[in-house]
Amino acid sequence: MFDFLEGYDVLGAFWTTVQLTLLSAVGSLIWGTVLAGMRVSPVPLMRGFGTAYVNIVRNIPLTVIIVFTSLGLSNIFGVALGAADDFEAKFFRLAVLGLIAYTSTFVCEALRSGINTVPVGQAEAARALGLSFSQVLTLIVLPQAFRTVIGPLANVLIALTKNTTVAAAIGVAEAALLMKEMIENEAQLLLISTIFALGFVVLTLPTGLLLGWLGKRLAVKR
Amino acid sequence: MTEVSVTKDAVSTAEDLVVLKNVNKHFGALHVLQDIDLTIARGEVVVVIGPSGSGKSTLCRTINRLETIDSGDITIDGKPLPQEGKELARLRADVGMVFQSFNLFAHKTVLENVMLGQLKVRKADKRAAEEKARALLDRVGVGTQADKYPAQLSGGQQQRVAIARALAMDPKVMLFDEPTSALDPEMINEVLEVMQQLARDGMTMVVVTHEMGFARSAANRVVFMADGRIVEEAAPDQFFSNPRSDRAKDFLSKILHH
Repeated sequence: MFDFLEGYDVLGAFWTTVQLTLLSAVGSLIWGTVLAGMRVSPVPLMRGFGTAYVNIVRNIPLTVIIVFTSLGLSNIFGVALGAADDFEAKFFRLAVLGLIAYTSTFVCEALRSGINTVPVGQAEAARALGLSFSQVLTLIVLPQAFRTVIGPLANVLIALTKNTTVAAAIGVAEAALLMKEMIENEAQLLLISTIFALGFVVLTLPTGLLLGWLGKRLAVKR
Repeated sequence: MTEVSVTKDAVSTAEDLVVLKNVNKHFGALHVLQDIDLTIARGEVVVVIGPSGSGKSTLCRTINRLETIDSGDITIDGKPLPQEGKELARLRADVGMVFQSFNLFAHKTVLENVMLGQLKVRKADKRAAEEKARALLDRVGVGTQADKYPAQLSGGQQQRVAIARALAMDPKVMLFDEPTSALDPEMINEVLEVMQQLARDGMTMVVVTHEMGFARSAANRVVFMADGRIVEEAAPDQFFSNPRSDRAKDFLSKILHH
């Protein structure tokens, strides 16, 4: 019954999906945190940049962003991210770049709502001790903000996992691209779709459960 | 309303630690601080009292620039308050502050709360910082709670930790912004006792409070504020037994006789 699977590297494709997800997750967590820092900073220029970036990038369809990294950045501006001769690596890296640019806006906004839950007195007490703005942010406000938004961040991470399928648009050999190929070649539409759907559930379900548990465990008691 | 102006020497001396000159502040249309002149000498304990909304908390918060002022001058140990930035942070490190709502860092243990400023601002050695933190926690009577989180402590314990946290910076002056107003009655005394001890040890203190007993026993001077002005300044005995202004008489009659 499953002999149509022969000759296809389903696990390999999902491994690419996992790699796309993890690299993009780490990148967007870092860039999203920087953006959130900008959006609450006392410097008007940084606030302006953060606000403009988030409001522009999160409103562009991910497909447009991913295609732009390939056709725009790579083909027109010659951006190769250190892999000019290795097509596979180049498009993989471009896809990660696009996913980070997009997902970081959602990380930023989740984090910013978390920052708003930290009582003003926490930052005041930190400033009164003589801590600088960046110390107040990184030592007092962000650690508390992160703990309150683990749930929303889990949502962002799950969405990111599924969004990696858009990388198929620029030919990155992840799960969705293989699925399309298999559906075209084999007469097993339902089975193939089910296998890939389950594959994603296997990836995302534990993410949600683990982070939900972590969120409860790390909650800041007031 | 009668206003009593207190004649003071206009020349500041080396003994003056905190000097406010002609300070004004508005919250929108509300003129919350009006022409405030106040000098606090080294080692002096000044208690600021007055009805709610009189501007006494705001006054306290302007001293380390948690509230900015619209006009006037504030100097601490001869240096004017700088703009927001590194200079201001350095100055704040020398001014301890205790808040009404404690504001202990909720994600850090009691010990970490008291060590943080030493490590990150004073760049102290970790062992030395811990030793000092434990000694201070013992001094305020919460040494056994060092490894708990703030939410696990009672209000009185939290406020004593907050005092220890401020003391860990070796401040030149301590500001207390209604330190007992959020406490259950039976916990007020444990905090006041720590403050009494501090006063006896010679700490310069500005205390905004409704605790008249503390004002009587620990203050060198009582500053009475109403409607954004300093209406009367006097030694506690004189102020409580024989207030000069009608506003102060009225205030005292409301709080002392019921």
